[in-house]
Amino acid sequence: MTEIFVLAEHRQGQIRDITFEMLTKGKELAEKTNTDLTAVLLGKDVKEHAKTISEYAKKVFLVEDAKLENFNSEAYQKVLSNLTKEHKPLLTMIGHTSFGVDLAPSLAAALKLPLATDCIDLAFEGETLVITRQMYGGKVNVKAKVRKSESYIVTVRQAAFAAQKPNISGETMEVSSPLTEETTEKRFIEYVSPPPGGVDITAAEVLVGIGRGIKDESNMPMVEELAKALGGVLACSRPIVDKGWLSTDRQVGSSGKTVKPKLYIALGISGAFQHVLGMKNSDLIIAVNKDSNAPIFSFADYGVVDDLFKIAPALKDKIQELKG
Amino acid sequence: MDIIVCVKHVPETAEAEIKIDATGKAIEKTGLVFDINEWDDYALEEAVRIKEKSGGTVTAITVGPEDTDSTLRKCLARGADKAMRLTDPKFQGSDSYAIAKILQSTIKGLSFDLILTGALAGDDGYTMVGPILAELLGIQHATMVKKIEFDDGVAKVNRELEGGLEEKTEVKMPAVLSIQTGINEPRYVSIMGIRKAMKKEIKVLGLADIGLSESEVGETGSWIKVEKIFVPPAEKQAEFIKGSPEEVTTKIAEILKSRGLI
Ligand SMILES: Cc1cc2nc3c(=O)[nH]c(=O)nc-3n(C[C@H](O)[C@H](O)[C@H](O)COP(=O)(O)OP(=O)(O)OC[C@H]3O[C@@H](n4cnc5c(N)ncnc54)[C@H](O)[C@@H]3O)c2cc1C
Ligand SMILES: Nc1ncnc2c1ncn2[C@@H]1O[C@H](COP(=O)(O)O)[C@@H](O)[C@H]1O
Repeated sequence: MTEIFVLAEHRQGQIRDITFEMLTKGKELAEKTNTDLTAVLLGKDVKEHAKTISEYAKKVFLVEDAKLENFNSEAYQKVLSNLTKEHKPLLTMIGHTSFGVDLAPSLAAALKLPLATDCIDLAFEGETLVITRQMYGGKVNVKAKVRKSESYIVTVRQAAFAAQKPNISGETMEVSSPLTEETTEKRFIEYVSPPPGGVDITAAEVLVGIGRGIKDESNMPMVEELAKALGGVLACSRPIVDKGWLSTDRQVGSSGKTVKPKLYIALGISGAFQHVLGMKNSDLIIAVNKDSNAPIFSFADYGVVDDLFKIAPALKDKIQELKG
Repeated sequence: MDIIVCVKHVPETAEAEIKIDATGKAIEKTGLVFDINEWDDYALEEAVRIKEKSGGTVTAITVGPEDTDSTLRKCLARGADKAMRLTDPKFQGSDSYAIAKILQSTIKGLSFDLILTGALAGDDGYTMVGPILAELLGIQHATMVKKIEFDDGVAKVNRELEGGLEEKTEVKMPAVLSIQTGINEPRYVSIMGIRKAMKKEIKVLGLADIGLSESEVGETGSWIKVEKIFVPPAEKQAEFIKGSPEEVTTKIAEILKSRGLI
């Protein structure tokens, strides 16, 4: 019986959520395809992680090596290539994370196995893998067939599947590391933390989030006034930080902060998944966007399809009027 | 340093209304404005900055039909020295794996110290061309790059991780680096630059020139075959507030009041 591999992702002593999300989906797929679910854990001194993960998978392959202490695609690729060649898993699931996108494509090319990236759903139709993913910043979904193969590799979008703890106590099997010499061509040096910011948007009760729809830096005072009238703080999507109009600590999303304010007003934000991941659990979401098909409207409680340059100043006036 | 930058010509869709075409497998492209992929814009700028600092050349390469020339002209106007377009009817239907093979068979014959790609293409977002290209060329790669420094045959890069964290990693050169937005501020194109760019040659190559077989490109050479595209089912649907700005903001104020937010 073949198996489904889930590559565990961990960083700085923490197992990352995507691992449990993939293990949950992996278990469902394993049951449907009559295969076993195997977690693959690479690291140094990670027996504790193996124990935690064994509660989600029938088997855990544990490869420990000082060279695997921090993620390094070169070292990871060597270990995973060996395991894949030996066990021929039906499917290998890797997170569509910074770590996964550095590893999965070159691994797939090296093994000549087909790869589907950033999947939000997966199913087998017979022996063919059928995946769902998004295009055009989340405006459309795609259902696609992956080229037929004995073994497939996918990367899985974060938060696409909800993690559920099953009732399993799996067995950990230590596998000796195939890494002989130091990896020579790629070397992890250190983590670099973002500079501590002046504003903590995660502590604010009201956030006015602005996006590329704001068009120009000269329009910033207008939205700042709205935030002030609401007793809130300005936050933003990534392009605003990339342009240098607001500092990094104001960015909401997968590569920024996760926020859960009482009110999040999204102005001129399209609602790309990486942004939504950071704000969709806000208590109340109001989105203003001139495009009625903007994905943000499927995450908002209330939507206004209009020009933010009309709505934002009017709202500021209205609030000030009410506050007297 | 001789640098190759891979650029893709993509439709701008953030503000456009998207329609699914008659095949049900693609979007209606007529009426959409095409431009250089956002991530590639940063990659090109980074290449030009490295060249300005340490000399060398920048070559922009794209796989696409003839109308992608406007993106290549933009690259030339912004400081690229040479431009190449890979065009062949047989390339139709290529996914990012097939694109990476086409790029590899072209680039392997060129001399280079560094290859830059975008982290992903904003249209289909596969996020795979850079590392696959590196693997096929037998060299190292790093993705999600937000800073590059050079040191004695290696590139020291900052890779963006989740939540604002970064990691510093060293890769042996020549390498493929996939660039993340925000690494620099892409410059505007000067009129002079545009004029000069119009005169430069764009080298055009097809399947026969790059030594790949027909089965290695297009749909048969791809990993992914699109079955259908559709509008995503909504997680929840916003209640739309309609009316004049006055009516809309009155309604919003009521909602905020009822929740004790004002
Ligand atoms: C690895 C990775 C990590 C990322 N991390 C993040 C992250 O942490 N946070 C993040 O936000 N993004 C992140 N992104 C980027 C993300 O994919 C999107 O590109 C980004 O969120 C888009 O920002 P936006 O909505 O402001 O811009 P766009 O997508 O360009 O949308 C602009 C919107 O404004 C609307 N608009 C324009 N003018 C007006 C007007 N006058 N009135 C009303 N509406 C108007 C348009 O209709 C459009 O919907 C990441 C991407 C990658 C690849
Ligand atoms: N058709 C293409 N021509 C040239 N470069 C491309 C093409 N498609 C993708 N790329 C490069 O690969 C990067 C990642 O694209 P993708 O893997 O398709 O998301 C892009 O940012 C480009 O640098």
